[in-house]
Amino acid sequence: MAESELLSVRDLSMRFGGLLAVDQVNMDVRSGEVVSLIGPNGAGKTTVFNCISGFYRPTSGEVVFKGRPMQRLPGFKIARAGMVRTFQNVRLFKEMTVIENLLVAQHMQTERNLLKGLLLTKGYRRREQEVMERAAHWLERVGLIDFANREAGNLAYGQQRRLEIARCMVTQPRLLMLDEPAAGLNPNETRDLNQMIVRLKQEEGITVLLIEHDMSLVMDISDRIYVVNQGKPLADGTPQEIRCNPEVIKAYLGEE
Amino acid sequence: MASQLLHAGFSAGLTFVLGASVLGVELRSQGVNTIVAVEGPMTWLWLGVAVVIVFFHQLFRPRIEALRRRTWGGSRFSLPPLLRNHAQRRLMIALVIGALLLFPFLAQRSAIDLATLTLIYVMLGLGLNVVVGLAGLLDLGYVGFYAVGAYTYALLNNYLGFSFWEALPLAGAVTALFGYLLGFPVLRLRGDYLAIVTLGFGEIIRILLNNWTELTGGPNGISRIPKPTLFNLEFSRRAEEGNIPFHEFFGIPYDPSYKVMYLYILALLLTLATVYVIYRLMRMPIGRAWEALREDDIACRSLGLNPTGIKLSAFTIGASFAGFAGAFFAARQGFISPESFTFIESAIVLAIVVLGGMGSQLGVILAAIAMTLLPEIAREFNEYRMLLFGLIMVMMMVWRPQGLLPLKRPQMELKRG
Repeated sequence: MAESELLSVRDLSMRFGGLLAVDQVNMDVRSGEVVSLIGPNGAGKTTVFNCISGFYRPTSGEVVFKGRPMQRLPGFKIARAGMVRTFQNVRLFKEMTVIENLLVAQHMQTERNLLKGLLLTKGYRRREQEVMERAAHWLERVGLIDFANREAGNLAYGQQRRLEIARCMVTQPRLLMLDEPAAGLNPNETRDLNQMIVRLKQEEGITVLLIEHDMSLVMDISDRIYVVNQGKPLADGTPQEIRCNPEVIKAYLGEE
Repeated sequence: MASQLLHAGFSAGLTFVLGASVLGVELRSQGVNTIVAVEGPMTWLWLGVAVVIVFFHQLFRPRIEALRRRTWGGSRFSLPPLLRNHAQRRLMIALVIGALLLFPFLAQRSAIDLATLTLIYVMLGLGLNVVVGLAGLLDLGYVGFYAVGAYTYALLNNYLGFSFWEALPLAGAVTALFGYLLGFPVLRLRGDYLAIVTLGFGEIIRILLNNWTELTGGPNGISRIPKPTLFNLEFSRRAEEGNIPFHEFFGIPYDPSYKVMYLYILALLLTLATVYVIYRLMRMPIGRAWEALREDDIACRSLGLNPTGIKLSAFTIGASFAGFAGAFFAARQGFISPESFTFIESAIVLAIVVLGGMGSQLGVILAAIAMTLLPEIAREFNEYRMLLFGLIMVMMMVWRPQGLLPLKRPQMELKRG
């Protein structure tokens, strides 16, 4: 295994009763890359995501993140290790404000000693201040600072998507996993998203694992692409290689 | 206008018919017969006034409504704007606390006693609010924790001679432990299933207390639980050995109302402490995590929050407040039995939380006051009392399902300098 590999997935399989949803999938994500996972509807992309991020316990195979095995850990511990994800259908804390969403996300960075909080010690206040500042910084970066005190559920759909990414970023992750971030966005918003991912990669050095159906977005920002079909790995390579791969074309367009 | 007139006339007529039959005549027994006695002219005069008021109110109702909407800006129960300013709000809180502290010196003994009971319900409501309102875990067995708190003090006193002040922190701790233990089996449950298990828990506690006769005295309960003391000064006429009664220490004549006043002030201080602690908790990381868990536990997990720990903390902290309230209740009553901890108590506390507006502290306090005062005020109506009580609750839920004062957002504001 190479030094720079941040995440490596080996022979990952997931079985639901009689259905083998994911079958022997292998993936490697190197630090600083944008890697996409594509495939037709129902190919098992989100299941792969759920297995990696600990929401499902894979039937077999292993997930190694930063050199540590992850496949037995619960989701919240994997998130604490620095691997955070978004969801296909946005999962914000809708009745909480935009800024509160970002404060909750930084739970692990806050002072959680109840006594210190009740007594409002200096250390507690400093930590709360830091958390607030980081939240404000990220709201500024995703252009939602003017909505800080609004309820998250009242934001427009595109804004909710951006807030979800900001909510991941305030946890200071190593790997950002985005599950169809462009779904439901209009072409302008998709272009903004594209720029945002590129900037995150360049300025924050973040590594991105992406599931996406929007091919122009995928081809534009990915360093490498993995294709799955019916739970099985079909191909992997650079966008150029994938675009020309006859197997992939067949899977997407059907047999000639 | 004609239809309005007709409507007003009908309403006035209805008022007269109902008022006359309920208030205007009375059945009296005269020997073996029952006769219908007609009330005096004053009753009929007041009835006439009521009919006229109803007539004109119905006649001009659209105009009154419009006027009210204009002056109150549509929302009927929102906080007056003066409370939004920080300094003014502080002054207001100080004034309210001052008034509450002065209250026992001005009010009658029975009123003070009722206020003390109200404060116990405020404490219970605030504690349950943590579990139900903030963390969104429906708990129908909250009375179980209340019972644990009360029996902790009663038993510690009975067997080990603990005083109220020694037992109070222990009651909180023991109840918190029970909350933690109940938390474990219900971690995987949500909504209806959770409600059923917690309901069972409340019943188990009550039945256990009822049947473990050797320890708890069973249905006979535990009596002679001492009242709280003030730095070892007792409020009874004659103190236990070694203690001095309050009135002798200060050289004033004995008055049983000192005890009532002291209990009230104690309840007030406990309630204020509860309000402050929960106010802080709601603005601390743990409070935010409770709310986030209520909103979406999958998103919580994806951000590194451990749902198990957060749920357990809500159960534990929520239960401990019931423990404090229970210990105080035992001290106030001087006698407790499983009778005091039936399901109806859980239902009342839950109703306080729902009526008050989930998550809102001020709402819960107002609802607790309403829920304890209403049955007292409605005592005039005798057997219609509970009917009226139920009717008010039904109407509340139909017209204001979000509660009296629903939780105002935002709690954490981004202030930009």
